[in-house]
Amino acid sequence: MIEFSTWDILRNLLLATRWTILLSLVSFVGGGAVGLLLLFLRISKRKAARAFAKYYIELFQGTPLLMQLFLAFFGLGLFGIDVPAWLAAGLALVLWTASFLAEIWRGCVESIARGQWEASASLGMGRLQQMRYVILPQALKIAVPPTVGFSVQVVKGTALTSIIGFVELSKAGTVVTNATFQPFTVYGLVALIYFALCWPLSKSSQILERKLNVAHRNH
Amino acid sequence: MTYIFEFGWLAEYYPQILKGVLTTLQLIAVGAVLGISLGTFCAWARALGPSWLKPIVATYVELIRNTPFLIQLFFIFFGLPSLGLQLGELTAANIAMVVNLGAYSCEIIRAGIQATPKGQFEAGASLAMTPFETFRHVVLVPSLQRIWPALSSQVVIVMLGSSVVSQIAAEDLTFAANFIQSRTFRAFEAYIVSTLIYLCLAILLRQALVVVGGFIFPRRAAR
Repeated sequence: MIEFSTWDILRNLLLATRWTILLSLVSFVGGGAVGLLLLFLRISKRKAARAFAKYYIELFQGTPLLMQLFLAFFGLGLFGIDVPAWLAAGLALVLWTASFLAEIWRGCVESIARGQWEASASLGMGRLQQMRYVILPQALKIAVPPTVGFSVQVVKGTALTSIIGFVELSKAGTVVTNATFQPFTVYGLVALIYFALCWPLSKSSQILERKLNVAHRNH
Repeated sequence: MTYIFEFGWLAEYYPQILKGVLTTLQLIAVGAVLGISLGTFCAWARALGPSWLKPIVATYVELIRNTPFLIQLFFIFFGLPSLGLQLGELTAANIAMVVNLGAYSCEIIRAGIQATPKGQFEAGASLAMTPFETFRHVVLVPSLQRIWPALSSQVVIVMLGSSVVSQIAAEDLTFAANFIQSRTFRAFEAYIVSTLIYLCLAILLRQALVVVGGFIFPRRAAR
């Protein structure tokens, strides 16, 4: 039997970590773009747009991410598309991330005082101008800490893509375990790598919350 | 698209689905009760407990909150047997959920405790209550009431997260969907049905927690 040193295990896990990081970035950026679109729909003046965004968010937040991954993986195949695991994983994670970011950002936009909307309307601004020049710059400041905080959930969410066969950190953990028969060491290391990715994000979210909250402290 | 949807298998396989739903419900029931209890203890330890306990609890909370549930599950189910601790798949799933919810609810409940007005602690002390008695009889229930909505959302998130316990062969709803998929090759239908069941469970669980909250907290909390 081949002996594996801890370094062998760690090296292979770190190589797979690149895919976890890449998938997290893609999901977060893509989810942010779709989430922004959903945000506009969610606070739109049209009832149908609001309802669509509301049910979209309810649907994606009310069902397990794992099921969404399965549906993306098997559902796209129905349209005759040959679905590689990375595509299904990316698609499901983008849609899932978008639903959470849209809801987080809606909270931030709605926390802006009503008077700001009215004041900008009285200056003759259109809805988009109001958002662009008055509401979003203020909402952005409140939105940064919870958005950074949610990025932790995205990184952790990528672990589920191992189940549909995308080889990232968790899948590498399973593969390496099967080769080395050292589940305790391998999963322990996998957990530590995830911790090393997520903890700085959690911490910076907390620090940002304390720093950016200055303007709102005197309510 | 030439695919024809086919749900005829539902009649044959509904016992599996029912069993899966019951397992999922059992997991979240045990997970919620024990997890919130653990979380309450940890919140007490972090906010008011002895100073030697604080860093231990803080480490536990940070470790759990910054690693995926799937890895925690694998670590408990595959990793712990090498320390001589062999667990059944349902026990492992239950432990993983309790440990996971314990860490998240700790942070939520701690926020509730820290939002307690200082006067409440002083009032307790002036009635010659010990710090623990003040916590138990004065602070705890209003603190829980303050954060009950956040806690309820977390319980729903953990319930949805429990779908990954199928990966260690615990026979929950996702396991039933995988089983049906492998028997009938009706992957999309099997998963869409179980997804809708999860959605219903999430909505029902949220409502149930509102009702439970009404029973535990009959009066409005002091703000």
